[in-house]
Amino acid sequence: MVTVDPTKVADRIARPSTGGIRDSRGYRIFQVFNTVALLGVVVITLYPFVNIIAQSFSGESYIRSGQVNLIPRGFNVTTYELVMSDSMFWTSYRNTVVYTVVATLIAMVLTTCYAYVLSKKHLRGRTFLIGIAVFTMFFNGGLIPNYVLVTSLGLKNTLWAIVLPNAISVFNLLVMKSFFENLPTELEEAAKIDGLNTYKTLWYVVLPLSKAVVATMVLFYSVAYWNSWFQAFLYMDRAELFPVTVYLRNLIAGANASGAGLGSSDLAQVASNIQAVTMVLTVLPILFVYPFIQRYFVSGVMLGSVKQ
Amino acid sequence: MSSQGTVAEPPPTSTSMPATSTQAAPPGPPRRPQSRGGKTPWRVALRRDWQLYSLAVLPLLFFLIFRYLPMAGNVIAFRTFRPGGSIFGEEWVGLRYVEMFLNDPAFWNVFWNTIILGTLTLVFVFPMPIILALLLNEVRVRYFKRFVQTVSYLPHFLSIVIIAGMLMQLLSLEGTVNQIVTALGGDAIPFLQQPEWFRTVYVSSEVWQTVGWGTILYLAALTTIDPQLYEAARIDGANRWRQTWHVTLPGIRPTMIVLLILNIGTFMALGFEKILLIYNPLTYPTADVIATYLYRIGLESNNFSYAAAIGLFEAIIGLTLILSANAISRRAVGTSLW
Repeated sequence: MVTVDPTKVADRIARPSTGGIRDSRGYRIFQVFNTVALLGVVVITLYPFVNIIAQSFSGESYIRSGQVNLIPRGFNVTTYELVMSDSMFWTSYRNTVVYTVVATLIAMVLTTCYAYVLSKKHLRGRTFLIGIAVFTMFFNGGLIPNYVLVTSLGLKNTLWAIVLPNAISVFNLLVMKSFFENLPTELEEAAKIDGLNTYKTLWYVVLPLSKAVVATMVLFYSVAYWNSWFQAFLYMDRAELFPVTVYLRNLIAGANASGAGLGSSDLAQVASNIQAVTMVLTVLPILFVYPFIQRYFVSGVMLGSVKQ
Repeated sequence: MSSQGTVAEPPPTSTSMPATSTQAAPPGPPRRPQSRGGKTPWRVALRRDWQLYSLAVLPLLFFLIFRYLPMAGNVIAFRTFRPGGSIFGEEWVGLRYVEMFLNDPAFWNVFWNTIILGTLTLVFVFPMPIILALLLNEVRVRYFKRFVQTVSYLPHFLSIVIIAGMLMQLLSLEGTVNQIVTALGGDAIPFLQQPEWFRTVYVSSEVWQTVGWGTILYLAALTTIDPQLYEAARIDGANRWRQTWHVTLPGIRPTMIVLLILNIGTFMALGFEKILLIYNPLTYPTADVIATYLYRIGLESNNFSYAAAIGLFEAIIGLTLILSANAISRRAVGTSLW
């Protein structure tokens, strides 16, 4: 369905100009309206970020009285010091890093191997192997059987409960497969003549040619694992195993339940500025790398949309 | 649905794989064994490609254990289940749990909540990226266009926990939204505690999260439209608006249809995690959907079989929806996923 070179899309202006003919008055009015509307989109998208950053530097009493919007009131960094002196926060942060690295590594190995197999059009049984993967996009076992399985495999409260059940994303698999399919075959044939077996061809010939897609896949997986919380929420019972997203969720859930007059004993009301600081610290790594990784994501999405 | 994921591992027998046998062997001179579509005998294929097949073993184990085994595990919807016992349950009870949820008023409440929330999502969330892409497409200043794109993709990279946290800050009694409400002379509204506000909150935050990212495929499709079509339309006297209507929109129609099918397929699978994070007992009347209901039934009240029956029902509806949307679209407009 889409067959353009992904790298060029951002630069191309699809609609040609009128070629010297002046735009109609109506169209010029539209251009003004359009610019304002798009600036509105920018403001609405960015506002919540600015708001939590402002809150994270503000005093709690100013937030409570509704005085913090764009600019911090009662500026202080003591909330940051408070959150960062909580050893549980750092434990969770370290857990997130460990889970993300291990899960991404395993996901990359499995995805790369299977995508390479599926990209070989001569392979007998290829259609069936693709079908096994694609079918799971449209039908899955569901929450309860998955929970029962993970529990009975004894994976609860281990890293593997987070890593294994989502080790292959079929979408990523198809992206990689279509990338491998479009590699020139000559180099692989030359490698075969030189006596390299399949494993060595994949490692020494194919992967070095696929750095772009490998980087994209690593980013896809690591952002997904970094952001995930539900697996850990389901399968981790002890606070020292929580990733930072679950740590944050428990702060927020406490505030929400108390706000509804439903405060339960295990969920304490947590001050808004502490929540804001935790959110900022959780999102910071993503915000830092975002400008650099964004275009890889865009090109990955477009690779994946090429019809199989 | 069957769990025959292992049959492709070496050494399988020659008849265990039905998928490739449908292509008729072409008549005429015999083709080279490695040519595509030809039927290589299994014996030859295995001797030649065993290294490739061996690379598929671990991924196939993953699919077998973590995808197809849970599908089979759905039999506990028809069997009693003892925690700690077999994952396939203890003894058959037939349709007891299905009858149970069909006669459960609470189930029908969450069923209709799911339908309503799904419909609202389809009506309001699906068209937004198309509109934004069309607006971006009219921007002449390249840097401004890229700037808007970069900013609008940002929410896609956030954890849903962060988004829930932001929602709670913005919608709290002293949050920004209520400051605007009171500035306009209204009374502050506890948005997340009132059932009548939940759908608005859910759908508008869904737009905020997805609109920018959703434009990527449309913008790509827009660049593939032949500029000569605009030229021809202009010569025929079409103004900008009519060019958009008669050239641009038909140009991105295949993309729209494919994404619509995918959206219909995920109709039932709403933003379960987001709802779980932002709902509370006060908003259950509108916020509770099938997924959250079965989560509480299964994992908070430990009625595994009952919850599995509901989950299976939901998954079958989802599969039916995507198959029928695909079939209708193939017949009606000739575009389909497969």
